[in-house]
Amino acid sequence: MLAKRIIPCLDCDLSIPTGRVVKGIKFKNLVYAGRPELLAEKYYKKGADEIVFLDITASVNNRRTMTDVIKKTCKNTFIPLSIGGGIKNLDDIKKVLRAGADKVTINTAAVQNPELIKEACEKFGSQCVVVSIDAKKVKGEYKVHVYGGRKATNLNVLSWAKKVEELGAGEILLTSMDRDGTRKGFDIKLTKRVAESVNIPVIASGGGGSIDDFVNVFNKGKADAALAASIFHFNLLSITELKEGLKKEGVNVRL
Amino acid sequence: MIQVLDYGAGNLLNIYNALKKATKTVEVVKNMNNINEADGFVIPGVGAFDTAMIKLRRYEKSIKKLDIPVLGVCLGLQVMASISEESVKNIEGLNIIKGDVVKFKTGKKVPHMGWNTINVKKDSILLKGIDNGDYFYFVHSYHINPLNEEDVIATTSYGYDFASVVKHENFYAVQFHPERSGVKGLKLLKNFAGLCEC
Repeated sequence: MLAKRIIPCLDCDLSIPTGRVVKGIKFKNLVYAGRPELLAEKYYKKGADEIVFLDITASVNNRRTMTDVIKKTCKNTFIPLSIGGGIKNLDDIKKVLRAGADKVTINTAAVQNPELIKEACEKFGSQCVVVSIDAKKVKGEYKVHVYGGRKATNLNVLSWAKKVEELGAGEILLTSMDRDGTRKGFDIKLTKRVAESVNIPVIASGGGGSIDDFVNVFNKGKADAALAASIFHFNLLSITELKEGLKKEGVNVRL
Repeated sequence: MIQVLDYGAGNLLNIYNALKKATKTVEVVKNMNNINEADGFVIPGVGAFDTAMIKLRRYEKSIKKLDIPVLGVCLGLQVMASISEESVKNIEGLNIIKGDVVKFKTGKKVPHMGWNTINVKKDSILLKGIDNGDYFYFVHSYHINPLNEEDVIATTSYGYDFASVVKHENFYAVQFHPERSGVKGLKLLKNFAGLCEC
């Protein structure tokens, strides 16, 4: 039986040559947590099912640093690796996959140019293309946000999710902006709505703070995977503890 | 020396790095000119069947002649079959592991993507230290239906049971990605290196 996946997300600041992981909530309370490839390896050894590196640097000059980080990571971390943050076109995707990444996540670029999803899937395969959707409630309706969550669009999250599936996306990474960084639980309603309306895997993100939160997002939210950052980076819960807790509650995980 | 064939079907960095953990002597080769120096041969593969077979055709005779251990990974397993439903140009496989490759016909999401377990059917050195219920990382939409049950070493369940590890004489193949399957994947590659005496 296919296991539910636990995915740590590493926000990477690539403004320095070696890159560094950032712990903190949306550019506030920034604490640097060391080299991405070393933290990724640590999570891999603790049972992570996949790793996501998100380039949160504001500049576009980071491609070389990111490919270096990917290459270093792939020497010692043998689980799927996804890369996101500022991926704008087919060339960006090609460079990242060539360096060893298994998947890319695209967000703003997909909203601005939905054809990019289709082209990327045709060129690299749907399994390589994850569309990341940042959702925030605006007047009671979940709206898609872009530019790192800073700009609201008029797109309805559910409609956009169905559209990206139509265009060939392999997976959806769904982030609740309202819950992100709060560790107060995932947005179950949002996750369930999206998971039940598409036939591709949905990775839930935003709010994971306790074993119960993850149990709920899988059992009630119908997510296929759950992504979290601060709960792992701040050592509040280890991946091993989390998976053992999930198993006890009847959730199928890889131990 | 284990040679990994780069025939243009996907990124080899990860399988190379993973094999390096199993043995020091791994080399990516762009052809089979120095196959006499090899103790083991790996056929990787990501992508479409037709594209892969068109590129592999020139090596068909050389591959079939091999008496060293050979390991096919993911698409590298499917090209070892007789035919594939994925083929749009009616291109044949290498016909090393007799059987056809078919698309998953279940109500479940396709591709089969994520961590799933294996059910060991036959003892094999390739699976030494690997048990029933061990997880491996899969990402594929097609799977092989081997003609001969003796060729099936392990199965995996996704709607129904399908062959996930196969073997015919010195030819082994796995449907999952051992280079993405953590410690158990590395163990499998270590076992393969052992078979090659590397």
